[in-house]
Amino acid sequence: MSTATARFGRVDVRRLAVSIAAPALAILFSLIVTGLVLVSSGDPVWSTLEQVWEYAKTPRVIALSVNQGVTYYLSALAVAIGFRMNLFNIGVDGQYRLAAFSAAVVGGSFSLPKPLHITIIVLVAMLVGAMWAGIAAALKVTRGVSEVISTIMLNAIATSLIAFMLGKVAVDVAGSNNIGTDPIDETGAFPGIPLIPDSELDVYGFILVAIAAGIAYSVVLGRTRFGYDLRATGRSEPAAVASGVSVKRMVLISMLLSGAVAGLVGMPQLLGGDSRTYSLDFPAGLGFTGIAIALLGRNNAVGMAFSALLFSFLDASSIILDINDISKEIVLIMQGTIVLSVVIAYELVRRYSIVAEQRRVSRELAAQRDVDAEGVPA
Amino acid sequence: MTATAQAVAGAPGAPPAPKRRLARPGWPTVLLAFAGFIVVLSVIAAITGADQLTSSGTVGAAVALAVPIGMAGLGGLWSERAGVVNIGLEGMLILGTWGGGWAGYHWGPWVGVLVGALMGAAGGLLHAIATVTFGVDHIVSGVAINILGLGVTQYLSVIAFEGTPGGGESQSPPIGDISEVSIPGIGDPLDELQDKGWFLVSDVAGIVRGLTVGISLLTLVAILLVVGTYYVLWRTAFGLRLRSCGESPVAAESLGVNVYLMKYAAVLVSGGLAGFGGAYLALVLGNGYREGQTGGRGFIGLAAMIFGNWRPGGLAAGAGLFGYTDALQLRSSEAVHALLLLVGVLLVVVSIWLAVRRRVVGAAVTFVAGVVFLVWYAATDTLPEQITNMTPYVTTLLVLAFASQRLRMPAADGLPYRRGQGG
Repeated sequence: MSTATARFGRVDVRRLAVSIAAPALAILFSLIVTGLVLVSSGDPVWSTLEQVWEYAKTPRVIALSVNQGVTYYLSALAVAIGFRMNLFNIGVDGQYRLAAFSAAVVGGSFSLPKPLHITIIVLVAMLVGAMWAGIAAALKVTRGVSEVISTIMLNAIATSLIAFMLGKVAVDVAGSNNIGTDPIDETGAFPGIPLIPDSELDVYGFILVAIAAGIAYSVVLGRTRFGYDLRATGRSEPAAVASGVSVKRMVLISMLLSGAVAGLVGMPQLLGGDSRTYSLDFPAGLGFTGIAIALLGRNNAVGMAFSALLFSFLDASSIILDINDISKEIVLIMQGTIVLSVVIAYELVRRYSIVAEQRRVSRELAAQRDVDAEGVPA
Repeated sequence: MTATAQAVAGAPGAPPAPKRRLARPGWPTVLLAFAGFIVVLSVIAAITGADQLTSSGTVGAAVALAVPIGMAGLGGLWSERAGVVNIGLEGMLILGTWGGGWAGYHWGPWVGVLVGALMGAAGGLLHAIATVTFGVDHIVSGVAINILGLGVTQYLSVIAFEGTPGGGESQSPPIGDISEVSIPGIGDPLDELQDKGWFLVSDVAGIVRGLTVGISLLTLVAILLVVGTYYVLWRTAFGLRLRSCGESPVAAESLGVNVYLMKYAAVLVSGGLAGFGGAYLALVLGNGYREGQTGGRGFIGLAAMIFGNWRPGGLAAGAGLFGYTDALQLRSSEAVHALLLLVGVLLVVVSIWLAVRRRVVGAAVTFVAGVVFLVWYAATDTLPEQITNMTPYVTTLLVLAFASQRLRMPAADGLPYRRGQGG
């Protein structure tokens, strides 16, 4: 009876409220922490926030945020595929960098008609990403090595490997003392979309790929047998084994998938940017941001999109802080605090709902007993 | 529910009476192996002419470079022995470098060490609150601490160091040195002996000189910390209780151990040690705090701990090995190239040993690998530094892949635990 009031159609209002409350609380908490840090270092809080907000509303910043968000979103998706399977792919970072580097080398070495050229570059990236993740998967499946440790090691190996190979193939980047791979021809450029009105900066065309990947993620995990098996394995391995799922096979497949999606992470920048080369200053560390975003968005395709936008928005608006003599690293503090407080909030909410559920059941059982007790003599 | 799932994931195949686990090597074996290693090293140095392999400069640098790795690893050891996985070591190391740089600039290097350790411990406290009190996934919390450590230090640097003499937004002003000690009267004779170029004798002289002359006091503290850790964790009641929390917190609780308290203590010490390692990096190896100074040493420390099978002695050996490759790279590219020959020879020796013990497959694989290294040595003249940078990580992957049956991490490492869950 009591649940009926909390339901509208198929949507459980209480659950929805709870799942929104946790990230909202976490963001609020991190705002407070950030405010405290600002106060303690003698910076004005309110006017800073106001300035950030004013600056953030400019079309250019919005376009920047969306572009960065596309990258973050893909990274979060790659991490989330592992998470759903109870695998921790810390290696997204190494996977996407190695993938982007290899794709840049391959793509820069020849020229083909536009769609074909782009397709080949993207496929190479996905393949390399999957291969690098596959090493961790193979170690886990055959030797029982924890993927957390092996992917941390593989990240570091990827860093050295890229530095080594970049030294072999590099050419000077025009107009700087940077070095990078041979630029990819115009045929490899992924066209941008003028999505934001009044902004001279186009949005990466790769946003369409990211959206497609998000939908595919949602459908495959939520609506197919494979997705069910994957989630079941993540929840309880013995139960999955009992229902005939090969855990090793699932580990291998989900890790390869995660790596393949990780391979896409560098693509918006590589194919949508101006230089179309993998140089020394190619963005690093996106894999770790992906972990944070996947946690904040709770591995939900839509939730992660919002989290990705929030993070990229924070990044983009941090530029104004520097201009105002406030260190823009405050954004890193804020992001770290969000991650930590959001997982704590989820844990608290989980504990709270278990207790609430127990109370509800015992209340209903008690009511049931009362009815029975009254019913018997009559 | 998650607990069972993770327990199964963490331990593939329940261990039915471990089959002939290698007994831990005793002192004679260790010393013999070390002596053998030095002989092989001298042979290689004689063949290749790479004197730097055994020079006192290399050995001294190796010891210094091993300390931050070892301290991070020791931090990992404390935490994981109490059942808390600590991926946040890198962040705590970074906090330590900043603390060392900031306090070292204001109040001298020794206060810097103290503050660095305290900053690291603060990171540990955060990790303990998240993982022990709130039961958050250990790895998630660690990742967050790495992000926070980086953000906090970069933010604070701008405030603390901008406009200071010689400092800036990404580095602290230079800081005075921590004094060095030597065993008196030993340096010059050893130096002469080393210059003679006698096979083995000069090599041993170089190594001994590197270990006894010009050692930073802080290095001695670090060595004491390793020994002290062994004593506290394996020879005291407190250590037994702490380790029991990493093996079976429910059983520990049933015996009256305050599991939360033990875990808090372990993770705090863990952070403190990592912070100490960071301060060492800033004050002894560096000339103050610099951004990006840690260069992933927190993760290498983690690797050293796994390499050392979650024990202090093995950990120190791992840290020493990684420090040695680092030092060689700094000293001479010729010596690094000679390392290929060394690895090849060692692999062939191991393969012979395996063949004698009739482990045919292992012997064949090792032999082939050894030959590959020898051919690699013969076919090239130099070894690019990026390849040497990979060494610790590749070693760890190989150890995990081929010796994982011999590795034994604490049974309840990384598993969530709540007070009273045993019923």
